[in-house]
Amino acid sequence: MTELSLRLAVSLAQIAAVMGVVMLTVMILTLAERKVLGWMQDRMGPMEVGPYGILQPIADGLKLFFKEDIVPAGANKFMFSLAPILAMVPALIGFAVIPFGPSNKFELFGITVEPFVISDINIGILYILAFASIGAYGIILGGWASNSKYSLLGGLRSAAQVISYELNVGLAIVGVLILAGSLSLVKITEAQSGGFWHWYVFALPAPQIFAFVVYVISAVAETNRVPFDLPEAESELVAGFFTEYSGMRFAFFFIAEYANMVLVSCVAAAMFLGGWNAPYPGTILEHVGLGQFAWAENIAWFTVKAYLFLFLFFWLRATLPRLRYDQLMKFGWKVMLPIALGNIVVTSIAVYLFPR
Amino acid sequence: MEQLFFFYFAAVIAVASVLVVALRNPIYSALSLLIMFFHVAGLYVSLRAEFLAAVQVIVYAGAILVLYLFVVMLLNLKQDDRYHRQWPVAGVVGLTLAVEAVMLTLLKGRAIPPAPANTNETVEGLGNTEALGDALYSTYLFPFEVASLILLVAMIGAIILAKKDIGGSEA
Repeated sequence: MTELSLRLAVSLAQIAAVMGVVMLTVMILTLAERKVLGWMQDRMGPMEVGPYGILQPIADGLKLFFKEDIVPAGANKFMFSLAPILAMVPALIGFAVIPFGPSNKFELFGITVEPFVISDINIGILYILAFASIGAYGIILGGWASNSKYSLLGGLRSAAQVISYELNVGLAIVGVLILAGSLSLVKITEAQSGGFWHWYVFALPAPQIFAFVVYVISAVAETNRVPFDLPEAESELVAGFFTEYSGMRFAFFFIAEYANMVLVSCVAAAMFLGGWNAPYPGTILEHVGLGQFAWAENIAWFTVKAYLFLFLFFWLRATLPRLRYDQLMKFGWKVMLPIALGNIVVTSIAVYLFPR
Repeated sequence: MEQLFFFYFAAVIAVASVLVVALRNPIYSALSLLIMFFHVAGLYVSLRAEFLAAVQVIVYAGAILVLYLFVVMLLNLKQDDRYHRQWPVAGVVGLTLAVEAVMLTLLKGRAIPPAPANTNETVEGLGNTEALGDALYSTYLFPFEVASLILLVAMIGAIILAKKDIGGSEA
């Protein structure tokens, strides 16, 4: 019984740590997005709160916390409260299987602890996909429960968009799964060690560069970001599915969107860009004789890769206009889907011809 | 422990399934269906079929039920024409299933042959995704291909039903 409770305590500590890091990242992102957009548009971005505006996320959070919580007349109150939770939980739950660093195991009071991954389950990536698809319920139900036509339109758009692009995300990663021969993100990352030419974007015999592009575009669509932000298109639908939301419920949707961005960035880093592996063989710290601290370098690389993706999200937002709805559907089904399917065929043939 | 989980999942599945047909609001019905799908997935996990569990959630909860919701929201169903006078059919099907359940319970331990002993070890050695793929593409290759053919026919049928102006003006 003590072993069970110890295991529970270790897991809870890991979960708390990961949640803390994710929430901190979300806070940083809200500021970083406005700053990066500002610089790209030759502005300063937020400058008022704290030195150089770095306390802006805290001010925003406090403001949302103290706002009045309004439930619109005629709204379905139960669904209206449930929707933000349904949006936020799937966005956070996926982090349970992301490997943030090397799998150094150590013994703690007789149980084995893997410090840098909460849980290494053998269907890791499918687990993330499953919960990512649940995230759509929050948006659809939130749009329906608000009893507002803008919200309903936003929710319906989201339903169609998520179904179309989820398929492409799933198909884009099949190539990587064929190469790795496993669904566990830990094993997939470990198979990419030893320099950037082993990362699955570049790895022989079948570089997954097309799958990578499809994944990134579909991930942007999955997270409802510009140029695929039709569910919340502010020039057409006020704010789409969360038009009627205020206060902390609005904040939940907001956090869910940013947490989803972090999640898809982490998955992209782990699946295509080698995860915590450095772009050169081994680690520098190991070469200079500090092997016990090599994990710090690995985590640093993982962070760099994830943040590169997050920067890409901001970059797209500053650059691209929104797609029209028929363009969105046509692009998803007639361009992305054939590329993803073709990639699977080519990868399968290559792996069959050149087994490793 | 396993028994406990099984009875929890089974009870929730039963209650949620009843709620799907009993609730007045179609959106609540869809949500009960979602809860049911999740607990069926949980049942799969307790049987160590993690791949099936994930696929269950992705396909049923993630795609099919979202489409249901989509349609329900667009149609704005009236509440009184829900059962479409299907009581006789429902009665016959329900009675058959009930008799079957009673018979299976009475025959317990005799009618069902025990599962091959080495199955579990094979599954654990390979990982159940691989084991499933192996079985599908070797032993059950023909049924698998037949199933995919049926799905293809259904797909083509859906396209033909949706596009009535095929062959007429530019589609």
